[in-house]
Amino acid sequence: MSLPTVSRREFLKVGAAGAGAIVGTGLGFDIALAESTTIKQNLRIAGAKELHSICPYCAVGCSLVAYTRQNSDGTTQLLQIEGDPDSPVNEGRLCPKGATAMQLAISPRRVESPQYRAPGASGWKSVSWDFVLDKIAQNIKASRDATFVTTDGNGNTVNRCEGIAFAGGAAFSSEEGYFATKLMRGLGLVHLEQQARV
Amino acid sequence: MTNHWRDIKNADLILINGANPAEAHPVGFQWFMRAKLDRGAKIIHADPRFTRTSAVADMYLRIRTGSDVAYFGGLINHVLQNNLFHDTYVRNYTNASFLVKDGYTFNDGLFSGYNAAARTYNISSWSYDTDSATGFAKRDMTLQDPRSVFQLMKAHYSRYTPDMVSSITGIPVADFNKVADLVGQMGKPDKVMTIVYAVGLTHHTTGGQLIRSGAVLQLLLGNMGRPGGGMNAERGHANIQGNTDHAISWEILPGYLKIPAPGQKTIADYVAQSAPKKSDKNSWNFFGLNYGKFMVSTLKAWYGAAATKDNEFAFNFVPKPASNASWMTIYDQALKGKMEGVMLSGMTAASIGPDSNQVRDALGNLKWLVVMDALPTTSSEFWHAPGVDASQVKTEVFMLPATHWIEKEGSFVNSGRWSQWKDQVLPPQGQARHDHWILADLFQRVKALYKSQGGKFPDPIMSVTFDYKDPRKPDLDEIAKEINGKDLSTGKQLTTFANLKDDGTTTTGDWIYTGSYPDTGNLMKRRQGIQDPKTNDPTGMGFYPGWSWSWPLNRRVMYNRASADLDGKPWDPARPGITWNGTTWVGDVPDYPATMNPHDPAAWLPFIMNGEGVGRLFSNGMVDGPFPEHYEPIESPVANPLHPANSASPVAFLYDQAAGRLNRFGTPTEFPYIATSYRLTEHEHYVTQHVPHLVQLQPRPFVEIPYELASTKGIKSGDHVRVSSKRGKVEVLALVTKRLGPMTVAGQKVYQIGIPIHWGYIGLAADSDPSKGRYWLANALTPFVGDANARTPEFKAFLVNLEKM
Repeated sequence: MSLPTVSRREFLKVGAAGAGAIVGTGLGFDIALAESTTIKQNLRIAGAKELHSICPYCAVGCSLVAYTRQNSDGTTQLLQIEGDPDSPVNEGRLCPKGATAMQLAISPRRVESPQYRAPGASGWKSVSWDFVLDKIAQNIKASRDATFVTTDGNGNTVNRCEGIAFAGGAAFSSEEGYFATKLMRGLGLVHLEQQARV
Repeated sequence: MTNHWRDIKNADLILINGANPAEAHPVGFQWFMRAKLDRGAKIIHADPRFTRTSAVADMYLRIRTGSDVAYFGGLINHVLQNNLFHDTYVRNYTNASFLVKDGYTFNDGLFSGYNAAARTYNISSWSYDTDSATGFAKRDMTLQDPRSVFQLMKAHYSRYTPDMVSSITGIPVADFNKVADLVGQMGKPDKVMTIVYAVGLTHHTTGGQLIRSGAVLQLLLGNMGRPGGGMNAERGHANIQGNTDHAISWEILPGYLKIPAPGQKTIADYVAQSAPKKSDKNSWNFFGLNYGKFMVSTLKAWYGAAATKDNEFAFNFVPKPASNASWMTIYDQALKGKMEGVMLSGMTAASIGPDSNQVRDALGNLKWLVVMDALPTTSSEFWHAPGVDASQVKTEVFMLPATHWIEKEGSFVNSGRWSQWKDQVLPPQGQARHDHWILADLFQRVKALYKSQGGKFPDPIMSVTFDYKDPRKPDLDEIAKEINGKDLSTGKQLTTFANLKDDGTTTTGDWIYTGSYPDTGNLMKRRQGIQDPKTNDPTGMGFYPGWSWSWPLNRRVMYNRASADLDGKPWDPARPGITWNGTTWVGDVPDYPATMNPHDPAAWLPFIMNGEGVGRLFSNGMVDGPFPEHYEPIESPVANPLHPANSASPVAFLYDQAAGRLNRFGTPTEFPYIATSYRLTEHEHYVTQHVPHLVQLQPRPFVEIPYELASTKGIKSGDHVRVSSKRGKVEVLALVTKRLGPMTVAGQKVYQIGIPIHWGYIGLAADSDPSKGRYWLANALTPFVGDANARTPEFKAFLVNLEKM
């Protein structure tokens, strides 16, 4: 007996189309029959918006398909994240981290508002964005002015801020990372780092 | 990676060192398995632990952590002594034939030019013997001159005999010889080997040279530039590649341009001291020739109208560091009281370490700390960590809720340099804001303060370009266009960095990304994948040129001129990279002028980015030696069998000693076991401690202990154990396995212990622990010492003691 073959992609296509996809024929699937079948299945992702993302963890760069739905209250609901079957990198596959990406995407553990902890204080205080941004901007200016070197001991123009460091980037979109470099160098920072070394 | 994930399927032999891809990069590992299953490729895994990768490898070698230079050195020696190198490639595509100056020597573990007091080398003697008329290097194409790179190299590695390799690495001689036989076959033109590595190679005081030793072997075998070949680094974070490219790194500007140094006053000074220099008449030296154009175009992107020909395009706006300013230096400076504020985004210093207790002291010595993250981290909470009296911590701490990857668009660049665009899927949760909006807003507020109050050298702050619709909320799409760059005279987006100029009429944010976003649109969004392999992978080599965009210029295999012979024919016709068809190069995007006839006597040499035009077996680009040499980790149970008097790297950077603090290194008497850190599938650095399913899969911290050692100490799996180093301790559960085991190194029996780095005092597991994970930070154990070149910490090899609690 020859079994009809079905690729994961075709399988997903049929499934995602929302049409009744599967009619058992022993061990295989009869795609022609499946495509002509009109039994509607109430798929979780039926009618959902399909968007593309990339796994946030390691640097294999697995493509993700994310399905969302607009709720009647205006909120966006994330229904499903799965491997993108079109990707030449992962061909639809994901590891345990990628497969649980929804639990990182939506988490009750998120920090929901800016937090401030004064020197020596025993706890956080929820504060406004204006409060933290103003305070940090003042700190940046004060530390920059206090540690800025315009000319070194040999008379060279060096224009560097020695007392502020910026570190991060592996979770940034590239464009954010570039922007961070541009702004931090603009402030004169020399201590600039991300995860490449560590 | 010089190549890319899918390309690994093209290999005949896969060497994996300092990596466990089946565990840490499991989906990428499918391409290793495809090579094995579809082409009968062999996989050789050298690792301290028998892992999931070892389980499917054809050979597993239990290697002592940090000894891979000896392993690769032994393979280099085998290839040289038995004439197994790729002869044509080595003569024509490497610097084997270049002659080295008379002053260069290597004796008893020291290269010429060593200064013991400063712990540095003067590298002036590590250079070529040049022709006084042309300034180019002298060459001996017969490779017989005793001062040729080839002969010096042969002598250097003659010490790496199978017995010596075995003594250093712990690999039995018979096993090493089997590997050498397999590797030795890979110098045939129709064979190709890949070397894959990860932070198991980089995280050593010899990290740079560990990787170079593999690259040298690949050049000798003629495997660089070829599909199925190359040196391939598996990177650990979703976008560490993209943000290294974009230079969130103290020593570079975007596109791997060097950060300017004090004393350079003009662009010309900068280029003269930074750019590669042509050292052969047939070397194009493309990077060196265009260095100034890339720099000026970036200054135009950053400082716009304020960057003019008259002011050297605002060259003095760019800060010029006095000395190293990398990761450990930040905390070293904080300990010295010289660092006032630190901003961390998606990166937690308290867990990363090294020497987490010292890093915590450093954080407590700051005036202020800003943490931008979606979730709490050990850094945002360091001031009330278990055992810390918050009232004594005077640091002002800010926690700014940042958006997740899925709440913003933009590109992620994978290990294979593929820049893949992602959509914004969800709106920000709570009050979370995008990192770049936070930074834009902060910058505007700082600027306003300088405007109203004045202050030190405000010129660059006033001039940084903000050509965005909303300066406080730039679109990542707008920034992507800026990175690509444009021709200011026509307003058109550029399609190639070859069109960049040094007269101020072009811009680019990062020249290696020029071409990613032409006027026709954002090529990183392209999705011509495996839906239609025939159309989308026309060469059948797995390049998929219409899927996303790969730097540089959508090239999928770097240095691919070296994939073809002197006539332009692929070394292996079944696996072409690029091919000369008589009028043009076809296949992958050529790393070479598209119509340069290889038979033209003036044709450029294959490696167009360096001054030599060929691959460097001998290099003065490293500060710790022109040839890789084995040195012991700073903490080691044995003296270096090659040169016990110079056992560890003589130029590794000892931060504590240099700062006048006491070195805190353990001796084998107090700390008799070797420890190495590692990761599990369920873990990505530290953030996965917030993901319930993953915590359920790996619920508790542990250390992995070899069965024989555990037996002598009466330790069983599940027992509580204390692992301590000179710097700190962890108290966790024991996992007793036969994946680790005793080894004989330098005639001594040694044990290695494995420590996953993931856990700490933040996360779901810590929340449910009575001690709140007080002694769970693996990096409390690791030494505060750095590789001489990159200042990478020695996370992967240090000494510990082990006790049952």
